[in-house]
Amino acid sequence: MSAAVSRRGFLGQAAGLAIAFYVPLGSGPKVAQAAAEKGAKAAAKAVPLPPANAFLHIGTDDSVTVLLAHSEMGQSMWTALPMLITEELECDWSKVRAEHAPAADVYKFPMFGMQMTGGSSSTYGEFDRYRTIGATAKHLLLEAAAKRLHTTPDRLTVDKGVITFGKQTLTYGQVAEEAMKLPQPATVKLKDPKDWKVIGHPTKRLDSPEKIDGTAKFGMDVQFPGLRTAVVARPPAFGAKLVSYDDSAALAVRGVEKVVRTTDGVAVVAKNFWAAKLGRDALKIQWQQPADGGVSTAKQIAEFHDLAKKPGAIGTNKGDVDAAMASAAGKIEVDYGFPYLAHAPMEPLNCAVKFENGKVDVWTGTQFQTFDQVAVAKVFGVKPTDVDIHTMFLGGGFGRRGNPKSDWIVEAAEIAKATGLPIKTVWTREDDIRGGYYRPSYLHRVTVGVDSRGMPVAWDHVVVGQSIMAGGPMEAIMVKHGVDESSVEGLGDNPYLESVSAKRVSLHSPKTDIPVLWWRSVGNTHTAFAMECAIDELAHRAGKDPLAYRLALLEGKTRHVNALKLAAARASWGTPPEKGRARGMAIHESFGSIVAEVAEVSVDNGVIRVHSVTCAVDCGGVVNPLGVEAQVQGSVAFGLTAALHGELTFENGHAKQSNFHDYKPLRMYEMPVVAVHTIDSGAKRGGIGEPSTAPIAPAVANAVFALTGQRLRSLPLRLA
Amino acid sequence: MRHGLFVTSALAAVAAVTFGSLVSCGGPPASSTPPVPTREQGLAAWGTINTVLQHPRCRNCHPSGDAPLQGDDSRPHVMNVQRGPEGEGRIGEQCTACHGPANPPASYGEHTPPGEAKPWHMPPPDMKMVIVGMAPGPLCEQVKDPSRNGHKDMKALREHWDDPLVTWGWNPGLGRAPVPIPHDQLVAAFETWSAAGAPCPQ
Amino acid sequence: MKLHINGTVRDVEEPGDTPLLWVLRDELGLVGTKFGCGMAQCGACTVHLDGKPTRSCVLPAASVGDRHVTTIEGLSKDGPHAVQKAWLEADVVQCGYCQSGQLMTAAALIEAKPDPTDNDIDAAMSGNVCRCGTYQRVREAIHLAAKIRKGAAK
Repeated sequence: MSAAVSRRGFLGQAAGLAIAFYVPLGSGPKVAQAAAEKGAKAAAKAVPLPPANAFLHIGTDDSVTVLLAHSEMGQSMWTALPMLITEELECDWSKVRAEHAPAADVYKFPMFGMQMTGGSSSTYGEFDRYRTIGATAKHLLLEAAAKRLHTTPDRLTVDKGVITFGKQTLTYGQVAEEAMKLPQPATVKLKDPKDWKVIGHPTKRLDSPEKIDGTAKFGMDVQFPGLRTAVVARPPAFGAKLVSYDDSAALAVRGVEKVVRTTDGVAVVAKNFWAAKLGRDALKIQWQQPADGGVSTAKQIAEFHDLAKKPGAIGTNKGDVDAAMASAAGKIEVDYGFPYLAHAPMEPLNCAVKFENGKVDVWTGTQFQTFDQVAVAKVFGVKPTDVDIHTMFLGGGFGRRGNPKSDWIVEAAEIAKATGLPIKTVWTREDDIRGGYYRPSYLHRVTVGVDSRGMPVAWDHVVVGQSIMAGGPMEAIMVKHGVDESSVEGLGDNPYLESVSAKRVSLHSPKTDIPVLWWRSVGNTHTAFAMECAIDELAHRAGKDPLAYRLALLEGKTRHVNALKLAAARASWGTPPEKGRARGMAIHESFGSIVAEVAEVSVDNGVIRVHSVTCAVDCGGVVNPLGVEAQVQGSVAFGLTAALHGELTFENGHAKQSNFHDYKPLRMYEMPVVAVHTIDSGAKRGGIGEPSTAPIAPAVANAVFALTGQRLRSLPLRLA
Repeated sequence: MRHGLFVTSALAAVAAVTFGSLVSCGGPPASSTPPVPTREQGLAAWGTINTVLQHPRCRNCHPSGDAPLQGDDSRPHVMNVQRGPEGEGRIGEQCTACHGPANPPASYGEHTPPGEAKPWHMPPPDMKMVIVGMAPGPLCEQVKDPSRNGHKDMKALREHWDDPLVTWGWNPGLGRAPVPIPHDQLVAAFETWSAAGAPCPQ
Repeated sequence: MKLHINGTVRDVEEPGDTPLLWVLRDELGLVGTKFGCGMAQCGACTVHLDGKPTRSCVLPAASVGDRHVTTIEGLSKDGPHAVQKAWLEADVVQCGYCQSGQLMTAAALIEAKPDPTDNDIDAAMSGNVCRCGTYQRVREAIHLAAKIRKGAAK
């Protein structure tokens, strides 16, 4: 708790009431998870009860503060997790607030064994833990109240944090201190879903008030007396190395205090950003170009095409693909190409670090607290527990702020160590666009053999592109037999291919100097495009309606069929669109959720305009309909940026694009009307932050084909 | 004051052109009144003016539609910028939201929006003075047609060359090519063209 | 140099060619105005200059002169501004980083166009980038803000 309190102190926010609801830790508490969703009978597996005191504070003023084990980067976890607690705690929602938890073992995410945010997993992955915390707290509060009122908990009723016994009432705040002295219950029972009052109900965000008046604090906004700003000169090309530098002009800039080396570059430390930036401009640095000349896009594309001629490491192999292909009635062979992409979150990267008395404080917006803590500890030679990570609001993450290498955080720590000063690094937009950790470039070569009806009987799919996981801590889990699962996700197990008796998915993972990373929806960003465009081509070849062809292939996959049918119906599929427009569709399953999208487009002076996108989303069950709608709309916008604009190209290892003028984001006038329809399938819950990203590019490409007859097989989509 | 300057500079410019041509013929000045340039000389002078007008620094703010262009490649201006009711952009995205009172200091880097003391704007919608896509002849006719050129007579047209947003074209800031023909040559060409009766190519 | 900011005159010591954005953020601690691109491409740094939305990242502080600067911190004088009320109601924000800029532009829009059309919104708001993709709700909120503003005026 000290971390959170000290952060509030720094930011000058009211510290609030310090009295915390506290559940004693100890002797083997267990929870029996009764009332699992959809009527499943009590369950069963006893698991240790989460220590509610770490997650929940109830003030004597009845305020309820929820500590979040995940990072708020726009996805609304800040609201969804408190909703889960509130559902069971039955507290007053208007008194609920949230804050980021410090980095500590107790906040490690059970799904991944580390404190992190990613994989669209926060809400469904915490569905049980956060509800259980609420239920535990309620149990203790009622016990305390019962004692005070000389009765038993079962004779009490509670509504919005007010406990009633006959004519007597007590609030949670009034019994919190007593409750925290009580022994932990052995079990708690979770509510039957039919009794839910919060889950599934549209709930407005808890972080809105501070985000509309400028008071929300992002890492960029961390300021305290003595804090300096560092701007870093990093290699101008991937693979380039620093040879020497002359800092005399930089040190002459007003406000510049120090110039120090980092592992990769040179940091200028000044009293504020502008001085540090001018100081960096004044550095004279000699760089050595990469020995192999560095990546150049045209050359790399040619190399990828060479590699694609032969199968790579085998991911999926079923039946005799070569024989089935040879005997097929017909065949299509198509290539799909994808450029490198930067995440370009609105808040450029930044990180503040202070080292004092053997303890390190780090303020940043991060998705990976556990990795960061270990990495910073290593820089300073201290224990990870001596590193306090103060997670600030993330001004967008999209994967960039979850790097197992903690690149921007380690760099800041190095500068703080080298200068002996508290420093905050600030990346410029150019630093961000050119700073690496991109969605890799990929090439898909898809060869499909079809029968006389035009249905696929042989599927040979070769993927070429850098591995995100190789060389990182997740390699052991994610890379199997030379195949990075994240490079081929959504291919081998794609439901379209279930009935295809001969199929092969293989992968070439060339290595380059360009650092790569997951980017909102990871491998699905390219696999969904290849699959959904290929299916569309097959439908056209077979002379079938794209919807009918898909439904025929997906027979028996109820969730997919329902999503497709719903999206199609709501988009008036089968009726003629407005003159000059056409529709295209795509469906993809990722992060446990299924999303079908129908895009309606026109072409105006050679520019593709997307007018509307109709989405059918099956994420199992919805916690916050408002949050789901926002995530789907946002994912479509994010995916559209990649579909229409996003492209990084390289010359001798140097990224040619640098800022929003040539790495263009989607803007208001390009935003389609996105209609979101959810399906309450009751299936296992899935994620919502990412799954709607991948289907939009193929839906648009397929619509463009329907309109113009042009098959656009690489992103961004460009008409001939 | 401004009028006085205009007269002086205009005379000087005409003198420079006409005398120049005479000097090149090797003869002495015939009289203190320069001869009227020929139609051919006027058309040649228009060629110079046309080249300047079709340079990105001029044409980008005189597009055929209502969206300005930008850059040396005259690409459509990003972010859906539009002419607006007064030629100053539309509410929320007025030109001056980004284009300040001067070109930003070099320390701001390339691709920052240029600026001028006179507020950045385009021609108004009722007088678009389109340059983009215009052949030399029709452009020439438009330039001298007061009903289409912003009600400018020859004198006002001459003054337009000294408009701060026009002279900006010779000082366009970091990362932008200036108009390649020197400003005084343009002015001289205009005077020649004007003196020749403002002839237009067919 | 003296600057009129949010109704008060502030003394500023930074050199006059420092961008207004960094004077606001680093010298005056007004960090609600955000840095996003440094070249007037994203609108995160939007402030009002005599009521007009202006990108503070490319404006040298010295060129502000006597004009009055309003930042997000100064947008709401008497309780929340109509756009702020509408933003809450429409549940607009996601990561929130661009929203100060979005709100400043939107406030100027409904001031000048009390009943903006979708086309007005496209024209006004396309300089404000949101990577989370809140555009649809920004649009809804602007229409709502116009209604709130009119209601308050009655």
